[in-house]
Amino acid sequence: MTGTTPPTAPRKIQPDPGLDDALARLDESKIQKVVQRVLANETGARLKAYVETCVRCGLCSDGCHYYLSHDGDPQYSPVGKVKQTIWELLKHKGRVSPEALRRMALVAYTECNLCRRCAMYCPMGIDTAYMIQVTRRICHLLGVTPRYIQDTAHSHAATMNQMWVKEDEWIDSLLWQEDEAREEIPHLRIPLDKDGADIMYSVIAPEPKFQTQLIYLAAVILNESGLNWTMPSAPGWDNSDMAMFTGDFEIMGRLKRKHFELAQRLKVKRIVMGECGHAFRSVYDVGNRWLGWRSEPVPVVHAIEFYWELLTTGRLKVARKYEKKVTFHDPCNIVRGRGLHERPAKWSGPFVRISWRCIPTGNITIAAAREAESSTPARRTKPSGWKA
Amino acid sequence: MHAVYGFVVGPLAWIAGAVFVLGLVFRLWVFYDLARRKDPMVLEYMSPKYALRSILHWSIPFHPVNSRRHPVMTAVTFLFHLSLVFTPLFLGAHMMLMDYYHGLSWPTLPDPLADLLTVVVIGACVFFGVRRVVRPEVRYVTTAKDWAILVLVALPFVTGFLAYHQIGPYQAMVVLHILSGEGWLMAIPFTRLSHMMLAPFIRGYIGSEFGAVRHARDW
Ligand code: SF4
Ligand code: SF4
Repeated sequence: MTGTTPPTAPRKIQPDPGLDDALARLDESKIQKVVQRVLANETGARLKAYVETCVRCGLCSDGCHYYLSHDGDPQYSPVGKVKQTIWELLKHKGRVSPEALRRMALVAYTECNLCRRCAMYCPMGIDTAYMIQVTRRICHLLGVTPRYIQDTAHSHAATMNQMWVKEDEWIDSLLWQEDEAREEIPHLRIPLDKDGADIMYSVIAPEPKFQTQLIYLAAVILNESGLNWTMPSAPGWDNSDMAMFTGDFEIMGRLKRKHFELAQRLKVKRIVMGECGHAFRSVYDVGNRWLGWRSEPVPVVHAIEFYWELLTTGRLKVARKYEKKVTFHDPCNIVRGRGLHERPAKWSGPFVRISWRCIPTGNITIAAAREAESSTPARRTKPSGWKA
Repeated sequence: MHAVYGFVVGPLAWIAGAVFVLGLVFRLWVFYDLARRKDPMVLEYMSPKYALRSILHWSIPFHPVNSRRHPVMTAVTFLFHLSLVFTPLFLGAHMMLMDYYHGLSWPTLPDPLADLLTVVVIGACVFFGVRRVVRPEVRYVTTAKDWAILVLVALPFVTGFLAYHQIGPYQAMVVLHILSGEGWLMAIPFTRLSHMMLAPFIRGYIGSEFGAVRHARDW
């Protein structure tokens, strides 16, 4: 038993207009109304069972990279975060002050990235991420969301993509990348809106916005593999989903409907997507359910699974293996979300180790924690020994 | 004292048994009904195959990753739960009571073994208590309720042990033993102890999600 008492670290809270302005407009009774509405209409057996049976054993702690990277500060343990959010809301029947809600929003948006790792550590199988997501849902309905991530959700609402990419800019980017790639491979095409293609290739908006060459690279792979593929020109091409993370399920639903309907309109057999993990979670697991589809209405294949298929079927041959050592970070949404952890190991170079150093890129580093709080989400976890 | 004894082994025992059984049935129904009305996802995605897979893997000590990370806790927890269930069910004195009142009998544990298992339960409760104090992540989430439940679970075993070894006022101890045992039974459906009934469903649901949807393990 290691009995050291870690300090419960004092927080340096930075101002975030997304939280501050919304909180200034709230009072206890407004908060209570929304909390009770969510609890009554949107939660049921899961929340009740999780809250009533958690035996407060703390065994979930070691699963959480926030807990591990904050030297075992109990405030960061999964159950510690549930205590500061949902338990608190339930205890006061939702009647909490705006200041208390600020703390909950910070915990929910910046100290847990919903990776579901703790569910594998709890002997009971309690899904802490679900409870933190309920907290986010409440915060969203109260308008209390960190500004930066909210901006991406606004972008989704207005443009159906995450980065305010306009329709003509999107088409331009595709044509531009096709042009560039043809310098290298003259017969390469990025087929737009091809009816009845086998594959619709979908990306996240940061690709055309910041990393346009990724589209070029994907086009080379798809082309060289001799596949019948297409990319859509209309909105719905972006598979990402920051609304899922803010708790704005209505926008999430609109996004996913648009995405799948686009694929159905093009009559493609399946959607192959780029590497984005959270986008995969949204199309494969969360967004489809919100819309009432048990699983994706058009099969979705994640990049790793797709490359795996190309390599194992011999459609694509590797000329040279990458010789340097590789560290595989823990991409929660495709490892715990689809069991794809072994594939990269098999076809990357000398595969060294899986690092449990999570890089909560999608919903925290990029989005929520820009302004919201001082906690360093990507702190390195330390190896820890046996505990009682 | 005889009247009190008569009451606790008579009507109160019936009441406790009824509250325990009906309470569990009622609570199961409450959760089922709630899932059906407001969380249909749970029923929709529950997969018997993956639920059982998950439950099975977690039933093997030192098999799940986290149970290996906490070897002492794992050992204590398994011994505790096994002793907790088997000692009262297979105690000779309990069987004899059932035999006397209802003519039922079954094989029982030898008394010294039952005595040892009782000590295991008490020792485990002490361990859990110490853990609640010294482990910061446990202390942080511990409330008065958790202490009350720990005491409630330990009490029938402590009093049973004292009565068996005739330490303290025997008759009062026996009455206290029966009372606390009945209190314990009645508390199971309505407190955190209901994990006795709900844990397999919670485990089964997450196992189904991990197995059937996400193609990943959860142990
Ligand atoms: S879901 Fe992930 S980040 Fe959140 S508490 Fe669990 S382990 Fe930590
Ligand atoms: S491991 Fe499970 S039961 Fe234990 S404190 Fe964490 S969530 Fe609760």
